Amino acid sequence: MTVVGRLKAPLAGLKGEKLITPLAFSFITAAVVIMPAERSGWDFDSVISFLTAFGTTVAIFAIFTLGLNVQWGYTGVFNFGIAGFFLVGAYTAAIFTKSPADSEFVQYIGGFGDALDFIPVLDSRQWLPFLFGSAAAAIMAGALAFALSIPTLRLREDYLAITTIGIAELLRAVTIEERGLVNSARGLIGIPRPFHDFFDPGDYKYVYFAIAVVVLLALYIAVERGIRSPWGRVLRALREDETATAASGKNVFAFKMQGFVVGAMIMGLGGSIFAYEQGSISPDTFSPFFATFIFWVMLIVGGSGNNKGAILGAYLVWGIWTISLQLQGYDLPDSIKSRIFYIRDLVIGGLIISVLLLRPQGLLPEERRVSIWVDREVRRLRRLRPEQKPSGSDPPSG
Amino acid sequence: MSMSVLAGRITDTLTRVRDRLAGRGDTVTGIGLWLLIAALLIWFALAETQLFVIGVIVGSVLALGAIGLTLIYGILRFANFAHGDTMMLGAYIAFFALTGQLARNAREDTEIPWSLGSLPGSLDQIGGLSFGYGLIVSTIVAAAVIGLIVIGLDRLIYRPLRRRRSGIVIFAVVSLGLAIAIRSVMLIVWGPSPRVYVTGIHRAEQFDLGFTTIALKADQIFIFAVAVSLAVLVYLLLFRTKLGKAMRAMADNPDLAEVSGINTEQIITWTWLIGGSLVAIAGVLLALQAQLNPNLGFFLLLPLFASTILGGIGNPLGALAGGLIVGITQEVSVGIDLSVGGWEILPLAPGYKFSVAVVILIFILLSRPRGLFGAKV
Repeated sequence: MTVVGRLKAPLAGLKGEKLITPLAFSFITAAVVIMPAERSGWDFDSVISFLTAFGTTVAIFAIFTLGLNVQWGYTGVFNFGIAGFFLVGAYTAAIFTKSPADSEFVQYIGGFGDALDFIPVLDSRQWLPFLFGSAAAAIMAGALAFALSIPTLRLREDYLAITTIGIAELLRAVTIEERGLVNSARGLIGIPRPFHDFFDPGDYKYVYFAIAVVVLLALYIAVERGIRSPWGRVLRALREDETATAASGKNVFAFKMQGFVVGAMIMGLGGSIFAYEQGSISPDTFSPFFATFIFWVMLIVGGSGNNKGAILGAYLVWGIWTISLQLQGYDLPDSIKSRIFYIRDLVIGGLIISVLLLRPQGLLPEERRVSIWVDREVRRLRRLRPEQKPSGSDPPSG
Repeated sequence: MSMSVLAGRITDTLTRVRDRLAGRGDTVTGIGLWLLIAALLIWFALAETQLFVIGVIVGSVLALGAIGLTLIYGILRFANFAHGDTMMLGAYIAFFALTGQLARNAREDTEIPWSLGSLPGSLDQIGGLSFGYGLIVSTIVAAAVIGLIVIGLDRLIYRPLRRRRSGIVIFAVVSLGLAIAIRSVMLIVWGPSPRVYVTGIHRAEQFDLGFTTIALKADQIFIFAVAVSLAVLVYLLLFRTKLGKAMRAMADNPDLAEVSGINTEQIITWTWLIGGSLVAIAGVLLALQAQLNPNLGFFLLLPLFASTILGGIGNPLGALAGGLIVGITQEVSVGIDLSVGGWEILPLAPGYKFSVAVVILIFILLSRPRGLFGAKV
């Protein structure tokens, strides 16, 4: 014990741990910038265009990670079925924004896009259905969470995990098997894009990048405020100790459900932003690995209980994903090339295990905070402290 | 806000109804459920005998996997999401031991020079079975290898988490990471395309039952016999040996078990060995009935967990019953006819096969979350 302590003592000054986050960030950033640059022959425009697409996806996936952070990081609700909420959000948004089905080969319900274009001025087909679509996506995903919480939230937390995995798969089976619902396995194509006709098609990706970032920032601010509010304090309290929270007069079940539903609504909204960006969705997208596990890795790597960590995690993990896609373009031996995606999956699976073993708090650990009022009080006391010091020497004057 | 209060009321009422029934004797809900399940099973057996029999075979394999899962769940106290992929890995290791085949790249295979399949006569068919003694030896090899792998993973991954007293959720997330890692290893080593142990057509025998005839392969009878005898062995181990007693004590109360002088780490090692070997054999039997497919592992989780929770976590006999019920319901529901008021409810589309387990799971969580048998090991 003392030997280990003595060995560790000089290292403690180095703070090597603090370097992990900047190192990981710089490595991924360098790879994500250099690889496409090198492949395109250092063409500035194509690199910018590539980075815009990358940034858009990161922003969209960060929305899901934020939603998961509300559920797991703050409330301690164990959702292993993100794919289900993702699916509900994406399909709902598509149904609300598309025109009705008009061919016997393509069948889906709804197609409210044209009906929701009811403001005669300002070309409302370009934006109004999308507002409804995103709102409906959030509401539907929230309703699903609400329904699921009834049988499971009172039970042990892993029951919710098993149930949500099951429901996500069930929903995916429904989208494939119910022919008239959302066009089965072929999925929906031609999902409209907001403000699309207002811009040059070549520039639209920058517009959508801006939209995704604005939505992400708005949600980030909303979640940060919510978590610092008395409501957020109850969520974090019941994450730590349900019995103590109940003893202090809080309805544990109601708050847990609210955390679960709010997180699910954020995921549903994320699903709608994803659907508009992709323009087409099919049941394959919502596989357990791609649509559930990856968000868990993002949150755990970034640091659960920290919204900045959630966004950082989305950036880093999607960076790894992008690197694997880029590697496909290089001249590699066939035996490696055909396995790149499996190697990536192995890396991502190994990543979550090693983070939980070696750095369970993630790259950006949760900040300790009680309330903004305590923070202010602490700051005020710190300002006062030099004068309060009962020391022999004269306090600095002036 | 009021919505969540309303939902709270709904669950309160459900809990109260359950508690009241429990007050009258917990047996009331239990007997109700048992009668319902018995009625369903009798209906299935009479209306779709052929699918019912297939369901029994699939169910016995599921049960074998679920027994391992329920032991790990009961003794280590976490939901092991890597169990389905471990099952598939077991099947692949037996495949490798038998054929020595590996994927070279996306299209071609490569073969190591020696494998069990090159032993003289190891591929000759035994009786009416489609395989020879090579597969049986390979299965034993796979069971041993998987047992060692899961013990190694426990030392490397789960033991540090136990030392740190991490919550059950951390264990579950880690096991999901492990599931993904195992799946990608299978994809790297054996490639994504499905494989079989024995190629060629294997004829089924017709059996006359009086009211109907069923077709059954010798392999299927073998699968059922192996699964049931292993389940009996596990039962004897748990209830007739000192190790079994210690395992049951640990499932009951780990702290109490530790202070009574039980070496809990040793029991955990045994649990992994037993659970891992069982699930590896289950994987081979499943692949014998269907095929080897690296993506199947994850989908197996749903029926495995449904069987485990249906039988009561930590209860191996419950897992056996749960596995059979889930297997039968899964197979029969895609074949049996049921219309209510002109509305065709059954048969389900084949794509819903794994969804049946989800429905069973939610139903049991609503009506009796402790499972049919309730008690721990």
